[in-house]
Amino acid sequence: MSLRTLKAVLLKIGFWLLVAVLMVYAIFPFYYAVVTSLKPSSELFEVSYWVDSVDLSNYAAVLSQPTFVAAIRNSVIVALSVVAIALLLGLTAAWALGRVRFRGRTTVMMLVLGVSMFPQVAVLSGLFEVIRTLDLYNSPGGLILSYTIFTLPFTVWILTTFMRQLPDELEEAAIVDGASPWVTLTKVFMPLLWPAMATTGLLAFIAAWNEFLFALTFTLTDSQRTVPVAIALISGGSQYELPWGPIMAASVIVTVPLVVLVVIFQRRIVSGLTAGAVKG
Amino acid sequence: MATDEQGIAQARHEASSDDTPPRGRGTRVRRQRVRAAWLFLAPMLIVLTAVAGWPLVRTFWFSLTDASLSSLDGAQFIGFDNYLVFDDGWYGILADPLWWQSVWNTLYFTLVSVSLEAVLGVIVALVLNAHFRGRTLVRAAMLIPWAIPTVVSAKIWAWMLNDQFGIINHLLLTIGLIDAPLSWTADASLSMWAVIMVDVWKATPFVALLVLAALQMLPNDCYEAAKVDGIHPAKVFFRVTLPLITPALLVAVIFRALDALRVFDVIYVLTSNAASTMTMSIYARQQLVEFQDVGYGSAASTLLFMIIALVTVIYLYLGRRQLGGEQ
Repeated sequence: MSLRTLKAVLLKIGFWLLVAVLMVYAIFPFYYAVVTSLKPSSELFEVSYWVDSVDLSNYAAVLSQPTFVAAIRNSVIVALSVVAIALLLGLTAAWALGRVRFRGRTTVMMLVLGVSMFPQVAVLSGLFEVIRTLDLYNSPGGLILSYTIFTLPFTVWILTTFMRQLPDELEEAAIVDGASPWVTLTKVFMPLLWPAMATTGLLAFIAAWNEFLFALTFTLTDSQRTVPVAIALISGGSQYELPWGPIMAASVIVTVPLVVLVVIFQRRIVSGLTAGAVKG
Repeated sequence: MATDEQGIAQARHEASSDDTPPRGRGTRVRRQRVRAAWLFLAPMLIVLTAVAGWPLVRTFWFSLTDASLSSLDGAQFIGFDNYLVFDDGWYGILADPLWWQSVWNTLYFTLVSVSLEAVLGVIVALVLNAHFRGRTLVRAAMLIPWAIPTVVSAKIWAWMLNDQFGIINHLLLTIGLIDAPLSWTADASLSMWAVIMVDVWKATPFVALLVLAALQMLPNDCYEAAKVDGIHPAKVFFRVTLPLITPALLVAVIFRALDALRVFDVIYVLTSNAASTMTMSIYARQQLVEFQDVGYGSAASTLLFMIIALVTVIYLYLGRRQLGGEQ
């Protein structure tokens, strides 16, 4: 074997080694959570790298807790409502910002961008007051309202970007036919924007499903918690006796839907994350 | 995470932003459209005012009062006493060593984790940009850490880093790197590194995807030219690739930095309110909720907001100047 082919072979081995290391690094923690969740509590404290036996008692323990089931329900309600509201308000705003030229457009865009940079803590006490005044404290409504602070800005930005790329002729034809802006938006643009809406909707769903700080602060009773808070607050007899089996089972339950979404829609998510970044 | 996605769409907007309306024909239709535009914007603007603008103003107001969680309405104006006051010694946030420690912790966390994410992100992106069998699968795998809720990833790592039964100590002991198990989350000198480890694991995919998008736009011809000339790949990377992906990398780094400056969940779950990992967000929330001191906590929130606003303004200024220089 010549030196050249040897070098090529070594390079190839090195590359596949790197791929393998990255794969293990990315997947192992979640894999280990699955392994742990399938262990009976008696074997929990022996480290093992493989699934030796399948024991579903941790899942049974978690799913038989009414508070955890309620948390899943709350999370689904909150995340779906946030997606619906963000898409509706984002779409109308994106039409205005993307298709109409008017004074103050850049200012509005900058304001929206500014809101997305808000640290959530910076509005915590003010938002607490708003939510309490609207009588939404300790209810999914309060979370749905407050989550628009981080879902609306990026929904508006991404949808505006996509809206701008659509050709002018489409709208001119609609205007000539005397269609109102609402009809133009729903009948002409919306069918073309489905891919963008799916992307932003997915991102909004993931963001709402994962949110922790507002959910922790604006809910009080177990029945109103969302899953991240429920998992963070699972506790045992003391700080040193955390029930790791059920915690890992709960973690797997709330993560599996997201992993499935990500694997199915990875192209969409990647395009949403990178929309416009390349020219930056 | 929310800022991640949309920040990126910004670049495209800046290139095409143009406020001046065309003059002349169709003014009546135009005026109608402008009116419709504001009508369509109204719901979004109202909601954002309700959840962002107004709460921000109120938080600043609370920071000038002695409000507590139980008596928000009966708050008395006390000027800047929450920030700094002299009363037989200095009091207030700016005189609190714990606040300054949390400022330092936040900056340290941001600097270290974002640097690591940038380096690792570029490496991952280079791998994903190569053509090999199973690339889609690897890319999907890379998205998993990003999609896992922060609370869940913090819990999983807390379990892996468990001092007695954790797999990481087990592994390090087996290899022989350590003689005794380390208490990653309880030991003050290690806990910051534990937090950074989790954040890097979770956020690297985001950086990698942005860099990957930039890599895929690179022109092929200069690589072919470099290949023909027999230039070393490392040199090609530093001379050609890196300068070309720098804009995308900068966008990713800025948005990661803004996220890191307000970090909350991962630290709250891993190390709770421990002083060694206390960040500005943790400090502010502890004052607000646990100590019920809305006035003092709001002052901390306001300071955090001003620091992030400063970073944002610098970024926008630099970004605009850079865009101006290119044109």
